[in-house]
Amino acid sequence: MKITVRDITKRYGAFTALQNVSLEVPQGKLVALLGPSGSGKTTLLRVIAGLEAPDSGSVLYEQDDVTQRAAKERNVGFVFQHYALFGHMTIFENIAFGLRVRKWKNEAVRERVMELLRLIQLEGLEKRLPSQLSGGQRQRVALARALAASPQMLLLDEPFGALDAKVRADLRRWIRQLHDEIHMTSVFVTHDQEEAFEVADHVVVMNKGRIEQEGAPDAVFASPANAFVTDFLGHVNVFHGRIQNGRAHIGTEEMPMSFDVPAPQNGADEGAEVTAYIRPHEVDIDRVSHGSDSMFAIVTRVNRSGSTVKIALVAQEGQLPLDVELPHERDAELGLVVNDRVWVYPRQVRVFRREEAAQSGDAKIAA
Amino acid sequence: MNDSTIAVAAPRPMESEKSRSQNRAAVRRATNEPVGVQIVLIALALAFLGLFLLVPLAVVFAEAFRKGWEVYRASITSPEALAAIKLTLLVAAITLPLNTLFGVAAAWAIAKFRFKGKSVLITLIDLPFAVSPVIAGLIFVLLFGRQGVFGEWLMARDWKIIFAVPGIVLATAFVTFPFVARELIAFMEAQGTEEEEAAMVLGASGWQAFWRVTIPNIKWGLLYGIILCNARAMGEFGAVSVVTGHVGRTNTVPLQVELLYGEYQFAAAFAVASILTLVGIVTLIIKRVVEVRAHSQIKAGSG
Repeated sequence: MKITVRDITKRYGAFTALQNVSLEVPQGKLVALLGPSGSGKTTLLRVIAGLEAPDSGSVLYEQDDVTQRAAKERNVGFVFQHYALFGHMTIFENIAFGLRVRKWKNEAVRERVMELLRLIQLEGLEKRLPSQLSGGQRQRVALARALAASPQMLLLDEPFGALDAKVRADLRRWIRQLHDEIHMTSVFVTHDQEEAFEVADHVVVMNKGRIEQEGAPDAVFASPANAFVTDFLGHVNVFHGRIQNGRAHIGTEEMPMSFDVPAPQNGADEGAEVTAYIRPHEVDIDRVSHGSDSMFAIVTRVNRSGSTVKIALVAQEGQLPLDVELPHERDAELGLVVNDRVWVYPRQVRVFRREEAAQSGDAKIAA
Repeated sequence: MNDSTIAVAAPRPMESEKSRSQNRAAVRRATNEPVGVQIVLIALALAFLGLFLLVPLAVVFAEAFRKGWEVYRASITSPEALAAIKLTLLVAAITLPLNTLFGVAAAWAIAKFRFKGKSVLITLIDLPFAVSPVIAGLIFVLLFGRQGVFGEWLMARDWKIIFAVPGIVLATAFVTFPFVARELIAFMEAQGTEEEEAAMVLGASGWQAFWRVTIPNIKWGLLYGIILCNARAMGEFGAVSVVTGHVGRTNTVPLQVELLYGEYQFAAAFAVASILTLVGIVTLIIKRVVEVRAHSQIKAGSG
């Protein structure tokens, strides 16, 4: 079932949770709504489910306008952040709830619940109460309960948020597999970009009640549309500077450094203040200078314990801290130690105008 | 002491159960006051308890049985005493369902919805706690009494409220209406609205969600509120005393005690009082059991 969201606005008093949001979720896709807290992602999910009525705009399932329809009439599977299992009911009755209110016969209920218990690999636990299960098990029960009445779509609010790292990774993989099996149109909310990129077919990045960018995970990661998205998608080095002769200059007069301004952003005017974003893994280090697109720095820390070598440096006479990730092979060639004096040269720089960057800064504070 | 602390710090798996209890004992020892302070504190608490609870309790029963079992039996089975017990039960039987209904509705509205004037409603619910019961009784006399706002209108139809059972019910209901509501508001707010929302997206109507999800979730809190409400409804003196015109023909149990005492029938007064005391003791026991259940339900609900 295709979901179409048109010009949705939702306010809570003076706070605008969603501002003219439009979105299309194609049939059978798994879509992630990604953003910091307060970005409106959960509100959007609840509007799609009918748990929240928008102030304006409409929600369509295929061609069917369901904006005025109550949640109970939408036949949607919804998984809540804190599971919201019925504490006084057994696992069996929790999963059966949607079938009981639809007046299924006992026999059919039993068959369907057992089928779902097999699917979530919790056979034999149907007589337990939710409080007797672990977090990961409860989440799977919540999922089975949502799927019981064969909904037209599955909506998940921070489905992995309350779980510890190991269980979260397992459940993530399992949800992806499950989706590949049943191909149900699914939308899930997360604030974890890694989670969104790993699980989803399509990522929607939200901020302050608006959609900042959407697209395939690879495409969004490779070319973030603006400063907010660049900043939000994982750790990144930030530099301030201005445009001179069509190039972005950062650093001081004594130690200048400049970059070509990449194509989408090169409309920036001469003299405009800009912010440059450099990802740690898109930087190389060398012991010799490469001219004006490299920068002098001193190594302050080297950490070789991960899959890449993380090197912390300071540039500009201690003014600019900078993080770099190198492959172990490159690190072995360089043999860096603390206090080494080196040259840093970024392979890719993303430059955005300052006012835009400042806006994203606000968002982080608000979050 | 030192040895055991070290053993606790590195428990072997076989001994984990034992060392855990040792650990707990060690913690308890570490946070304890000196023995002298303990004894003084406990003695103070016991003295207070004895003076204000146990001695009066003992006196009630001692006085009730002073003239023997026969007099006691005669006192509590006299037509006046039986009428008073009947009336008290009747008042409770009318007040409890009314206040339960009101309490559930008010708590539901406050805990599950956002609306304007919510804090005003919460304050209003607490009003009977703030107002003296005597004032509460007077309010109804001023409304429904002979010279009251609705006095003439009622007189014309020969409907009696003040100095009659409806007045007693009204006054009792007013004095006791916060109990269920207050108890449930805290309970429902602790549980949030997620389970009801879950029921709705699963296709349940509001009614189904209420009976299948909300009521089972709040049943112990509800029972707790009803027990407190009942205890107060049966024991209320001030408001009821005012609306019955200070000890008249229609008497509830507390009024009957006052009447007998005023007529120097001490044994009979204490005999009737002992019934109320028993109700109080039973209430405390049930309350304790329900409290434990209610607490575990809140914990289970948050899972």
